[in-house]
Amino acid sequence: MATVSLEKLVKRYGNVEIVHGIDLDIADREFIALVGPSGCGKSTTLRMIAGLEDVSDGLVKIGGETVNDLPPRARNISMVFQSYALYPHMTVRENMGFSLKIAKRPKDEIDRRVAEAADILHLEPLLERRPSQLSGGQRQRVAMGRAIVRQPEVFLFDEPLSNLDAKLRNEMRTEIKKLHAKVQATVVYVTHDQVEAMTLADRIVIMRDGYIEQIGTPDQVFSRPATKFVAGFIGSPPMNLADATIAQGCIVFGNGDWLPIPTQYAPAVVVGQKVTVGLRPDDLYPTGHGLHSGDAGDVHQHDLKVAINEPLGNETLVFVEFAGREWVSRMLNPRPLVIGSAIPMSFDLSNAHLFAADTGRAIERTGG
Amino acid sequence: MAADRNQSSRNMRRLAKAGNGITLCLAMLFICMPGAWIVLNALRPTVEIMAKPPVWIPQRLSLEAFTAMFGAVGHGGVPVWDYFRNSLIVSITSTVIAIAVGMAGGYAFARYRFKGKSGLFLAFMLTRTVPGIALSLPLFIVYARLQILDTHFALILTYVALNVPFTIWLIDGFFRQVPRDLAEAAQIDGCTRWQAFWQVEFPLAGPGIASSGIFAFLTSWNEFALASQLTRSVASRTLPVGLLDYTSEFTIDWRGMCALAVIMILPALALTFIIQKHLVSGLTSGAVKG
Repeated sequence: MATVSLEKLVKRYGNVEIVHGIDLDIADREFIALVGPSGCGKSTTLRMIAGLEDVSDGLVKIGGETVNDLPPRARNISMVFQSYALYPHMTVRENMGFSLKIAKRPKDEIDRRVAEAADILHLEPLLERRPSQLSGGQRQRVAMGRAIVRQPEVFLFDEPLSNLDAKLRNEMRTEIKKLHAKVQATVVYVTHDQVEAMTLADRIVIMRDGYIEQIGTPDQVFSRPATKFVAGFIGSPPMNLADATIAQGCIVFGNGDWLPIPTQYAPAVVVGQKVTVGLRPDDLYPTGHGLHSGDAGDVHQHDLKVAINEPLGNETLVFVEFAGREWVSRMLNPRPLVIGSAIPMSFDLSNAHLFAADTGRAIERTGG
Repeated sequence: MAADRNQSSRNMRRLAKAGNGITLCLAMLFICMPGAWIVLNALRPTVEIMAKPPVWIPQRLSLEAFTAMFGAVGHGGVPVWDYFRNSLIVSITSTVIAIAVGMAGGYAFARYRFKGKSGLFLAFMLTRTVPGIALSLPLFIVYARLQILDTHFALILTYVALNVPFTIWLIDGFFRQVPRDLAEAAQIDGCTRWQAFWQVEFPLAGPGIASSGIFAFLTSWNEFALASQLTRSVASRTLPVGLLDYTSEFTIDWRGMCALAVIMILPALALTFIIQKHLVSGLTSGAVKG
């Protein structure tokens, strides 16, 4: 049983504070993704859990026990590095069995556990090779094999897929998901790729500048982003965000364009309030080419000029001009569009988001 | 037409290859000439060595110089075994110490952050700019006061001091090439820092450390200027100083000197030959992406 909890965790290098007192409780066998742009402190946090970085302040607990002063080897963890960090002077078999050899396990046990791990990851044909003789994807699998041979309570992944090409990354993502289902350990997974976080994690922790912006399930962070930053970070293509002011019954953008106030926000806003409007590309579509989830009454129409479009086959991303900037919209069942022409666009405001312009925090909505 | 072009480009390639081979041979000849000349001179009579114009092709070869060298003093004999023993003791001990200190220092410079690191590193490098011979008089005075002149200890101390900055500098570079992730992965795999060093970082930096060892050994083995000042007798005299035994007031026994030089070259050559097989470069390839 291994829960992981961080309490008021702080990391400083000299006078510079990198991580500012974050709190996080990770349940046993939970898959947590730490995600954020580079420099947000996610890797540092992971390394503090691993024991590779000293904790400046606060507590790291694994399985309820404070491990601040325990060396990495005493924490019962495994880690997969971004660089794989395979030992180049050892074969795949030796790499995978290294932790057991250090722990002075009997040879037949080492052989058996390496064989088990190799079986799970389909590494049998590679066992006698050296890392330099492996492809990137194979090295990645060996690195994971080395981690599971240890049978740790907590797996730590530090951007494990970022060195792979797109196709391999998708494959390995699936492998990691299967692996988690098989080994049933707690996983802390650091990535800057929100797709990885969304597809793999039970809960996502979005970090920015050493603070946690939001903790939630993939669905929660996607459909109820707590801040403007989360709204812009999660989802691909990213949410359209534009600053506006609340007027009588409508939201007015800087250039005079307007939208009605979404009904779920109507009671919460006051005239003159500065807000940021957020609308996902899925909720903005050429009329007749989208799915609206809410009330038909919440769909607002405007004729907008097409700036550019990006056909993806099954759908087309259409960039339209509105409120003085380009908004990206998702067009299902695409049809040819003429660049520069105006087309009727539907704004599905039942899924719109409003954020306070000053703090960036989501404005409380009522009802749906 | 196409076949002609292929043929001519093949000829060009062959020509370039031959030219390359000839250039390399000439370069090797130039580099090996002094060494070969020493071996040659050790085997032929003095008249031939001193002949003008030089005799390029030896007329008569003999091992007389070697037999005389090991013969009785006064009949051209020199205490080769004593010199050899002194050289071995001094070179090996000073190399081992220089490597041990160099490994500790190089590792610290490569892996740790501490105050004054770059200044200290620069200071180490600056000591290399001082010509060794300039130190001979101060060293002589200090050692005389300490009464350690003409001892192995004095030479070992001197050579360690000469070699340590160099080994630290070299070994620092080799540890830098070993990705930090590897030691961290080893620590997560259950190693202490000490184990991580010996199990992972040391084997990977090993070839580099071995080559620094060769450098340190050769420096000590061949050093003449300081040794000639700090040694007095067969108790501590090393082979390079021993060469002076072949000089007398009016004459120099070039043949004997060359013979002793050959004896001197042999262990260094053997050591380099043995270790260079282990100097496999690119051992860290495949550790991290790439």
